[in-house]
Amino acid sequence: MDIFLQGIIKAIELLITFDTEVLGITWLSLKISGTATFISLFIGVSIGTAVALNDFFGKRVVISIINTGMGLPPVVVGLFVTMMIWRSGPFGFLEILYTPYAMIIAQAIIATPIVMGISLAAIQNLPPNLRLQMLTLGASRLQMVWVLVKESRLPLLAAVMAGFGGVISEVGASIMVGGNIKGYSRVLTTATVMETGKGNFDIAIALSIILLLLAFIINFMLTQIQQRQRPQ
Amino acid sequence: MKRMRNMKTVFAVVAAALLLVSGASMAQAAKKAPAQKNIILTTTTSTQDSGLLDVLIPNFEKKTGYFVKTIAVGSGQAMAMGRKGESDVMLVHSPDAEIKMVEEGFAVNRRLIMHNDFIIVGPAEDPVKIKGIKASADALKTIAAGNALFISRGDNSGTHAKEKALWKQTGIDPAGQRWYQETGLGMGQTLNVASEKKGYTLADRGTYLALKKNIALEILVEGDASLLNIYHVMEVPADKWPKVNGEGARAFADFMVSKEAQDVIKTFGVDKFGAPLFFPDAGKKVEDLGK
Repeated sequence: MDIFLQGIIKAIELLITFDTEVLGITWLSLKISGTATFISLFIGVSIGTAVALNDFFGKRVVISIINTGMGLPPVVVGLFVTMMIWRSGPFGFLEILYTPYAMIIAQAIIATPIVMGISLAAIQNLPPNLRLQMLTLGASRLQMVWVLVKESRLPLLAAVMAGFGGVISEVGASIMVGGNIKGYSRVLTTATVMETGKGNFDIAIALSIILLLLAFIINFMLTQIQQRQRPQ
Repeated sequence: MKRMRNMKTVFAVVAAALLLVSGASMAQAAKKAPAQKNIILTTTTSTQDSGLLDVLIPNFEKKTGYFVKTIAVGSGQAMAMGRKGESDVMLVHSPDAEIKMVEEGFAVNRRLIMHNDFIIVGPAEDPVKIKGIKASADALKTIAAGNALFISRGDNSGTHAKEKALWKQTGIDPAGQRWYQETGLGMGQTLNVASEKKGYTLADRGTYLALKKNIALEILVEGDASLLNIYHVMEVPADKWPKVNGEGARAFADFMVSKEAQDVIKTFGVDKFGAPLFFPDAGKKVEDLGK
C-alpha cells in the first residue's frame, strides 16, 4: 500500500510544482481526445440522427452495426489505422504515422460509433408526435432536426461524455499509431504504460491520478451544461 | 425531397468534419519545413526502459536538427518494421537475426555500439538452487529438471532470441511445459511478472538494475560468455524503399558511434546504480568483447 501513498504524494508534487513534462503530456491528452471527440460528435450525431429519422430497408442491420461499433476494440482500430498509414499503406503518402494526427484519427474512429449509437437512441426516444406537430406548424425539415437535437440535449451530452471518456482512457490504439514519442505523442495513458514498464510505479500512479482528475473536471463541466435549467 | 434535404445537411456536416481533419494534417505538413526531418528509430525496449535514449536522443536532435521518432518494441518487431521499410534505422540486440537481415539485403552498415550482459534472475529462496552454477545452459537444465517456474518474454525480442538459443544448447524444448510461461511483454513487465510469481527469468542487466528497487528478484547466474548482450545499429537501405530517410538514418548511426555518444554510454547509470548499464564498443570487434 506504501506505493499508493507514494503515488499520491508524487501526483501532488508534480501538480503543484507545475512539472512541465507532465503538464505537456496532460495538455496533449486533452487536445487529442478533445479534437477526436469533437469530430466524432459531428459525424456521430449527424449520421445517428439521419438513421433515426429515416425508414429504409435494412435499418435494423445498420443499427446493429452501429451498436456493435460502440464496443469497437481500440487495438483493432489501432492495427487497422496503422496499416492504412504505413509508408507502404494506401494513405502512406500523408506521412502521419507516429504523429498526434494519427492518434486523433484513431480516437475519432473509436468515439464515433459511441456518439452515433447514443444519439440514435436519443432521437428515436423522442415522441413521434413531436415531429408531426412541428411539421404541421410549418417548420422546415432542418428546423425540425435542430429542435429534436436540442430536445435530446441530455442524452447527447451523455454521448459526448461517453465518447470522450472512451478515448481519453484508451491506450492500445494510441500507443500503436502514436508511438509514445517523448514530448510529441506521449499522452497520459501511454506514459502510464511506459512508466509501469520502467518500474516507476509512483509516477505511473501519479499519472493515473492526473488522468482521473482530468476526466472528472471535463465531465463536471459537461454535467453543468447538461443539468442547466432549460429556458422557459 | 424532404429526405434529400436532410441528407444534404448530413453531408454538409460530414464535409465540415473532414475539412477539420484535413486542415489538421495540412498544418502538420507545414510544420516540418526541412524535407525528411523525421527519422523513425525502431529499437528494443531495454534502450528506452533503461533511460539511455532519453539522454542520447535530445543531444543528437540538438546537434543535427533531426527529429527522432523512437518506437520501442522488441528487437524482433523492430527488425520486422525495417524489413518493410517502415523504419529508417534500428538499434537492436539479436545478432543472429541481424546478420541474416544484412545477408538478405534488408539492412546495411551494421555497426557495433555497446554491450552489457544477460543474467538469470530468480527469487532469493532459489527453489532449485541454481545460484553459483557457471554455465547458463546448466542452470536452465536444473530449472527444467526441477520443474521450477520459468517466465519467458515470448515476444521474439533480442532477449527472447537469446533465451531460445540457450534452451537449444540444453537440448530441452520448454515450449508447452507447465513450468514454462510466456508473457509476450517487454522486459520491465516480464521482470514484474517473474517477481510476483516467484519465477526464474532471463533479463538484460540494464533493465534489471533499473527495476531492482521494485522487484524481489536476485541475480543467480552471471558472467558466462554465452550471456553477452550485444547491441548493433543498422540502417534500412534507402535505395530499396523510396520513403526511407537514408541520410537521417546515416546521421543517427554515425552519432551512435561518435565519441560523444560513446562517452555518454560509458557513464550512463553510474550516478544512479553505482555501475554503468552499458559498455561502449564502437570500433571494436565482437570477438573481443567481455575480455
